[in-house]
Amino acid sequence: MSRRLAVAFGLVAACLAASLAPPAQATGPVPAADDAASVHALSRLGFGPRPGDVERVKAIGLVAWIEGQLEPRRLDDRAAAQALAALPTLTMSTAELHREYPRPDLRQKSADPQMTPRELFDRPPPEKRPVRIVAEMQAARMVRAIESERQLEEVMVDFWFNHFNVHAAKGEVKWYLTSYERDVIRPHALGKFGDLLRGTATHPAMLFYLDNWLSTRPNFTVPFGANRGKRAGLNENYARELMELHTLGVDGGYTQADVTEVARAFTGWTIERPRDDARFVFRPLMHDRGEKTVLGTRLTAGGGRDDGERVLSLLVHHPATATFVATKLVRRFVADEPPPALVERVAATFRGTDGDVRAMLRTIVAAPEFWAADARGAKIKKPFEYVASAVRAMGGHVDARAGFFLARAAAEMGEGLYGAQPPTGYPDRAEAWVNAGALLARMNFALALTQRRLPGVTLDLSPLAADAAAPDAALDRLLAALLHGEASAQTRAVLTAQLTNPEIRRQTPDDRGPANTDVAKLAALVIGSPEFQRR
Amino acid sequence: MLTRRALLKGGACALAAVAAPPRFLARAAAAADGRRKVLVAVFQRGAVDGLSMIVPHGDRDYAASRAAIAIRPPRAGDAGAAMDLDGFFGLHPALAPLVPFWQSRALAVVHACGSPDKTRSHFDAQDYMESGTPGVKSTPDGWLARAAMTVPAPRSPFRAVALGPTLPRVLRGDAGAISLASLDRFDVRATAEAAVARNGFESLYEQGVHDLLHGTGRETFAAVRMLKSANASQLSPANGAEYPRSRLGESLRQIAQLVRADVGLEIAFTDADGWDTHVGQGAEQGQLANRLRDFGASLAALAQDLGDRMTDVVVLTMSEFGRTVAENGNRGTDHGHATAMLLLGGGVRGGKVYGRWPGLARERLYEGRDLAVTTDFRTLFAEVAGRHLTIAKPATLFPGWSGGSALGVLS
Repeated sequence: MSRRLAVAFGLVAACLAASLAPPAQATGPVPAADDAASVHALSRLGFGPRPGDVERVKAIGLVAWIEGQLEPRRLDDRAAAQALAALPTLTMSTAELHREYPRPDLRQKSADPQMTPRELFDRPPPEKRPVRIVAEMQAARMVRAIESERQLEEVMVDFWFNHFNVHAAKGEVKWYLTSYERDVIRPHALGKFGDLLRGTATHPAMLFYLDNWLSTRPNFTVPFGANRGKRAGLNENYARELMELHTLGVDGGYTQADVTEVARAFTGWTIERPRDDARFVFRPLMHDRGEKTVLGTRLTAGGGRDDGERVLSLLVHHPATATFVATKLVRRFVADEPPPALVERVAATFRGTDGDVRAMLRTIVAAPEFWAADARGAKIKKPFEYVASAVRAMGGHVDARAGFFLARAAAEMGEGLYGAQPPTGYPDRAEAWVNAGALLARMNFALALTQRRLPGVTLDLSPLAADAAAPDAALDRLLAALLHGEASAQTRAVLTAQLTNPEIRRQTPDDRGPANTDVAKLAALVIGSPEFQRR
Repeated sequence: MLTRRALLKGGACALAAVAAPPRFLARAAAAADGRRKVLVAVFQRGAVDGLSMIVPHGDRDYAASRAAIAIRPPRAGDAGAAMDLDGFFGLHPALAPLVPFWQSRALAVVHACGSPDKTRSHFDAQDYMESGTPGVKSTPDGWLARAAMTVPAPRSPFRAVALGPTLPRVLRGDAGAISLASLDRFDVRATAEAAVARNGFESLYEQGVHDLLHGTGRETFAAVRMLKSANASQLSPANGAEYPRSRLGESLRQIAQLVRADVGLEIAFTDADGWDTHVGQGAEQGQLANRLRDFGASLAALAQDLGDRMTDVVVLTMSEFGRTVAENGNRGTDHGHATAMLLLGGGVRGGKVYGRWPGLARERLYEGRDLAVTTDFRTLFAEVAGRHLTIAKPATLFPGWSGGSALGVLS
């Protein structure tokens, strides 16, 4: 039996509670493929259910649905592709982006010295300014989260982007961002951790963001180009974050001496033609040829580019890396405080599969901790997740233009996509997102969405309004559609009380419904309710 | 009256010329009665280079360590150089708007201040500075949240406020601190036909389980109602104050609105970003100078805006650590250890740089590369909590710490 089959077999046992023996890992009570389990899977492995999704998952079975999500290339994704076609930067090379969205020409400034940086920036029309690149990336993320069938892939793109965060507003990064996500993060989002690590280490976005492209051996003198004659030396920014945030974790056992030695190993890893096609290049002249000792391993003198490769290999295979990555994955998929036993099992999978992301995800979804009653609804949605899940729950469809507005809504709640300045990326814990201003922003978004004030978002409220003539039935339908039986008694009571409010119970029919229950206003309250903040 | 422009032009010379004390030092007795003290904390995230912000020009090893980025020592007629404070330290020239406050003794500096923990991780160091427990990650709440909980009832929903889109670690906990990015937008923005929404949302969060969501929801609506009646966002800056149009300027402008609207604010917090200068830090001009210009102008605008009310206000600045004494290979600086922190306001015994100077000679450096910490940040924070916020036994805000000897930076 192949490994793949073996794992699928484990899933059957874990998810369907059939008469099959459970796999060695899944020893707890296992759920049936009921509504609640399907909602849980759709909410944790994707951006929440759309109308009809629960029935679709139940029809093909949880195992088949999850396996399908783990092989996203096989899923037909025409709807998303169609919407994305309106965003031309997504398929451009870095060289094309530099050509099509050039930086404000500094020569203009020398012609008119009175011109402020702001005026200089405002010269090109909005659709030709470099920030357009970032805006299209943001819109694309929103469109994909809402429209794509490849839900788990989108979740993992978001996860890995935050893990290997770069900040779009730092210098050259905005021209490198498109390629960074498209060519490094997305292709390996369900692949091997080592490929993500090597891909980011050699991508100009990371080389620029964490300054490694400028790091050289001590007393290096630039031999040619605009900076000819300038001296340069070591910069330890990337080396530190590589160990703290990308691999070992801050308590992973490295020292300041290791930081300096790793920085030396990566000297010469830089960017060729940074304002054109911006390719990775190793420049031996910039490299520190001396011997290094990293985490107790000696790198003999003269290793050249191989120094950095060996460091990456050491880090990928370090046990602390497996634990660190496993902890973050379990935090994303199970709970803010990751159950240690599951972390250990996922870390074991990492070590046993050379950091195979699919295998780690299979360990997670086969775990009783993933399906446990106290894990359901235990995570607070991040703003990005909240916005996408709200549109999906309402049966909304979006075009590229909607993506811009939805990204802005998430930014107002605190998560401006590609806008996390620190290398930690955005946090994945409730307390980072639950606060007064952000909660109001969520409620205001619920109102804007349900009142159809968001350009490019198409909502069809008619299925929700089918029972509008009978207020209690209308509420039941709404709660079933949006909260899937998870409404608390308190929430149900508050909403029931609203049914007699003259603003909700209109006396005359209009375009929002044939009869007198304003389903859109009720829906706003549900989308803004405490229950809908959870996944 | 000296204008900011004249000050900038005058540079170091201006120090001798300026005399007019800020009005708040007049300490109108009536104003002080029955009003609460306010602490405004500003976190310079990313680790500010204390050696460029408050320049130890009298230390012979300073300039030698920094060939490209050292700030020129103060010199008569050199407007672009550091502005001398006490013959040994100088202010970065971009901080010129703060000079009048130094002269009127409303501004004090604590140098070589920082954490006893050795980490050079931004994230951990910020976490320790905000939890108030260096080296301990499990502390559930922030030290300003613990400070806010000592406030006697009735507590205003605005007693502890963070300006920004998220609630920072320092205010997390059971204090019911709120965060908001904009006073203008701090409400349910329902169209006329959906006026039902605010009441509906409020009811949804009103009762039910005591969890983070419901608790936050309840505090949110209490604050919304209070802010509506106080009309704080309609208050224009007073006394001719002009805030920079930056995030920090916007945050401090709105903090001043909350102070002036008397909504019961006692602890305000905001971030100032952009201090992680690994590359091309600059000297008198450049990247760091631009950040400091915004920083100094924003703080000065706050003090000017609040006018007499500054009697009740102390601004405390902090940063997770400092930067390497020697510049790195890219005319920047890497993560270091101690940095400088500022205090501005009523009750500050200003015009002085506090803290023992450890020196920049190589053998005096922490781990051979960084400015050593001689003042534990908890000593400074506890003094602010005790003297300014009049919290009894302020050392207890910092679990596992028995207290340090006071600096005497607050009267």
